[in-house]
Parts: sequence; C-alpha cells; structure tokens
Amino acid sequence: METIAIEMKNVHKAFGERKILKGMNLKVKKGETMVILGPSGTGKSVSLKHLTGLLDPDMGECLIFGESISFAADKTKERLRSKLGVLFQSGALINWLTVYENVALPLREHKIADGEELDHIVMEKLRWLDLVPAKDTMPSNISGGMKKRVGLARALTSQPEIVMYDEPTSGLDPVMSNVINDLVVRMQKELGLTSIVVTHDMNSAYRIADRISFLYEGQVLFCGTSLEIQNSTNPVIQQFIHGKTEGPMVLDHSELKQVKSN
Amino acid sequence: MKKYFEKTIGPTLDAIGFTVLLLFRAFAQSHQVFFKRREIMEQMFIAGVGSLFVVSIVSIFTGMIMGLNTGLGLRDFGAEGQIGLLLTITLTREMSPFMTSLILAASVGSAMAAEIGTMKVSEEIDALEVMSIDPVRYLVMPRIFGFSVMVPILCIYSSTLGILGGAIVGHFQLGIDIMSYMQDVYYRISSIPGLKDLYVGVLKGYVFGLIIATVSCSQGLRTTGGAIGVGQTTRQAVVTSFLMVIFFGYVITAIFYK
Repeated sequence: METIAIEMKNVHKAFGERKILKGMNLKVKKGETMVILGPSGTGKSVSLKHLTGLLDPDMGECLIFGESISFAADKTKERLRSKLGVLFQSGALINWLTVYENVALPLREHKIADGEELDHIVMEKLRWLDLVPAKDTMPSNISGGMKKRVGLARALTSQPEIVMYDEPTSGLDPVMSNVINDLVVRMQKELGLTSIVVTHDMNSAYRIADRISFLYEGQVLFCGTSLEIQNSTNPVIQQFIHGKTEGPMVLDHSELKQVKSN
Repeated sequence: MKKYFEKTIGPTLDAIGFTVLLLFRAFAQSHQVFFKRREIMEQMFIAGVGSLFVVSIVSIFTGMIMGLNTGLGLRDFGAEGQIGLLLTITLTREMSPFMTSLILAASVGSAMAAEIGTMKVSEEIDALEVMSIDPVRYLVMPRIFGFSVMVPILCIYSSTLGILGGAIVGHFQLGIDIMSYMQDVYYRISSIPGLKDLYVGVLKGYVFGLIIATVSCSQGLRTTGGAIGVGQTTRQAVVTSFLMVIFFGYVITAIFYK
C-alpha cells in the first residue's frame, strides 16, 4: 500500500469575509512530486502555509505522514516540521548572515552539529548546489536564482523527507528556471524526497511534476498527470494552461476592491 | 459601537496582550543567555556604541542649557553656585534616563522594528518558524536583553556628560569655581538621597530599555502589508515607546518619591 506523505482534508480558510480555501482536498504520495497550479489568489501559498503549520484552517485538517499539523501542540509541530524543508519565494535568507551561516543556521540553532561535523554537512550541501564560491557572500550580494539555491540548501540541511517550494522559478530567467527545475527532479531521484511545488510556470510544471493539481476558487478542480491536464477538456484549465485572456476563468479582483475601499 | 470596538479597542487590546506576552516569552528564554551571548553583545554594541555620539552631544548640551538657565535664574538670589547640586539631582533622577530613552527609541528602537518588520513581510520569520527556530529566542530575546542592559549604562554616561556640560557653562559663563561645583556633585552623589537618585535613574533606564525593545520587536512581528506596513510599524513603535516611557517615568517617580 502506498504511503500518503501529505494530506489536506476538507480545508476551509477565510481572511475576514474573503474565503480563500473552500474545502480543499489533496493527497501526495511518498516520493511523489506534486505541482499545485492555479491563478493568483486561489490559495496556493495559503495551502503551503497550512501544510507547514504556519496557518490553522477554519475547518478541516492537514496531515503529515498521517499526523495532523493543524492545531498541533508546539512539540508536535516541531517534530513534524523536522520532516519538512521549505523553499520560500524570495529564499527568505537571514540578511545579516553569510550564505554559509544561513545554511548552517538550523544545525546551529538546534545544536545538531558543531565544529567539523557542521562544516562537513554545510559544505556538502553547498557543493551539491554549486554554491561553494559564494559561501562567504552576503545574501544582498547574490542573484535571485542563487538566493533560491541557498534557501534550498538550508531547507536540506535538516535532511527533510518532504520539500515544499513556493514559486521556485518566479523572477528567474529561463536558464536559471531550468537549473532550479533540474534540482527538483534531481532531489526526487537521488534523495527520494516528496515534493510539493506551487507555481504558475507551465513549463516548469510539465518538467517536474508526477501529478498536477489545479486549484481554482479554493478547491482542487483537477488532479492528474501532465499529459492528462494537457488533454483536459475543462475550459478553465485550458484557458489557464494556454494563458488565454478570454475564457470562463473569473479573474480575482478582490485585492483591488480592498485597496479601493481603503 | 461594535464596529468601533472591532476597529480600535479590539486591536489595541490585542497589541497590548501580544507585547506583554512577548516580554514573558523572552524572559522564559533566559536560560539561553549563554548560548546567545554573541547576539546579545551585538545588540549591546548597536544600542551602546551605535548611539554614543548622539547621546554624548545631546547630554552635554542638555547639561549646558539646564546649567545656564538654572544658573541665570538662581543668580537673582545669589545662589548660582547651587547648579552643581541641582543638575546632579535632575539629571541622574529624571533627565538622563528620559533623554537617553527617547534618543534610543527614535534611533535603535525604530531600526529594530523596521528590521523585524521587513523580516516579517519577506517571509524570514515564517522561514524561522518552519525550521522550528523560535523567533522569540532567535530575534527578540537577544534584543530585549542586550538593549535593556545597555540603556542604564548609557544613562549613567549621559548624566556624567550632562554634569560636565553644566560645569563648562558654570565656569565660563556664570563664573562658578569648578572645584566647588564638583564638590557639590560629589556631595550629592555620595549622600543617601543622591544614591537613591542614581539607582532610581538606573532602574528607569532598565525599565525604559525593556519597554522600547519589547514594543519595537512586538510591532515588528505584527507587521503586515509590505513596505507601507514596515513604515507604519516603525512610526507606531516610536510613538508607542515615547508614550510608554513618559507614562512609566511618572509611575516610577511616583513610587519612589511619594
């Protein structure tokens, strides 16, 4: 029987009167790369925040290897989070630490390793992601692509079983996007990691996904392989994957309305 | 009425609760002080050495202004020689902790709020939480501990410079004998009421330091909404710190000088 690494069960979330998730269900198998696609404002990043325990749902729950991270006690959250690595959209590097120190941060803070052992682990990750020449550089002096790789190296230091990527290729040139895409594929093959990737980038999705979930209006509208999504007859999916401006998709103007009302 | 509560009183109570809880959570991390000694020292350096120049200039000139004004007023009664005594009381008990805290709230406190606020909006705080690194232990505790230790030291430094400023004005503009001025200062500081002024001043510095650092970190951690949010956070941190320093300054004075 296949092990389910990540599960979202009927997750609802609203911010004020704005409902973001309206009963989201998702299952990701161990070792699988699941890409979450969808237009802006449909709750892709909010889903990731629920899966990492940064947000608790109004209804439903999120499970990591069968254990709920929603509303979990601090100790349980800490234990479940030790199985997770997250690559944030901007890399989320600590600005006053060098690349090396950023990667070493979880090991130092949790007192997992020190001295030569710490150096060995950090250098291994830096070598793996081709970051050794930049190890003494400050985050403000490196490119966007490099920041993401450093964020990835940091996410990998605690040897997670699941890695979550929030828009890993956004703001990157096509070559750097493919470098990141190849890394995601390589990590799955070499380390056997389960991955969830939130993206808008169709090329990236086709390249890395085992399965794709299409999120629309707070629910999973479609879940299947790259080929299945391309062959889908759903007009919303067809409009999105081909980037057409005309179609049935309801564009999200709620943020604009909010700005106007302020 | 309900809408008013939701928009003003509710968020204010929420902010107060969050800030008080943050202070308790920082103290609950006291056992990490040795492990975090480097970060605490860095914060002491930022608060202390970083603001030394401004504190020095403001303190000397405050001492000079107060010395001149008081001296000219007392000259009518032939008592301008008493400015050493008066300046020592005023500066150690009230003015130095007050001035130093306001300077630090505006310079270091605002930077602290902006720094943590920027980290919040750029997902760095989220990243820490996902790595199970408690932001209170990693960011807040070193700032509160480092800052609150440094403020009383700066208060004593500021009092010393203010008294020296008074001596310069007293000697060159009011014609007071510098030895007699210093004897008055020494007499006051070595007396029981003078020592009380000193420790009340130090206590005020410590309390103000706690307030400024906690308020700034709290505002930073509650930042939302990008660059505008960071700006609002910074302004709010400085304004709240000012008001709290004035309020608690009065409370401490009222407790110790009934």
